[in-house]
Amino acid sequence: MNAIKIKTMSQNRLNLNFLIAAFMFLAIGLFSPFAHAAADIEINTPAVSAIKNSMQARHTQLEPFYASGAVGLTRDGLVSVRDANAVALSQRQSVNGLVSAENADRNALYKEIANGNGHPEWEAEVRATFAQRWAQKAPAGWWVEGANGWVKK
Amino acid sequence: MNKWKIALLIALLPMLLLPACVTINIYFPAAAAEKAADKIIDDVWQLKQPKDKAPDAPDATTPAK
Repeated sequence: MNAIKIKTMSQNRLNLNFLIAAFMFLAIGLFSPFAHAAADIEINTPAVSAIKNSMQARHTQLEPFYASGAVGLTRDGLVSVRDANAVALSQRQSVNGLVSAENADRNALYKEIANGNGHPEWEAEVRATFAQRWAQKAPAGWWVEGANGWVKK
Repeated sequence: MNKWKIALLIALLPMLLLPACVTINIYFPAAAAEKAADKIIDDVWQLKQPKDKAPDAPDATTPAK
């Protein structure tokens, strides 16, 4: 009777020790990878920085076209030639080139942010967020595409 | 002794469960994305120049805060 009691007690202790050890390992295993995956958006990746620099350099060239209304901000987070007549004939080709280069960068930016955060499926949401913020932050006089077409801010 | 171990176990449980709940981003973190977008837009359009320039020349542009 006594022997049985001792046996079950030591078994209980063994089980408890095992459980504690298991939890400890789980805790260590779970903590380290997720510590970095906080609810945050990482934008300091080399790819994102490179795209950002490229866009920043292009912006000085694009800015006069935004201001004149020749180029506007679209609903899908890109830019487009809104009014080709606002551009001098000699400059039309360069505007088209700037717009397509800018759009390539913007598409890459949204993709890289989604990829850089380990969620490629977030690309559309990143794009929608940017579209909204570009439009919101655009200075007065720029053209922004809304649900009902182009609007001058 | 056993009570102590059980207490330790109970103390460990939230440590396990809390990070699992907080950090697995299944849903798109809209607020964080907006903040990130604003940061990038400010940089690209150079909307906040004095703030951006500060790290480049810490001596020259340190406005009294």
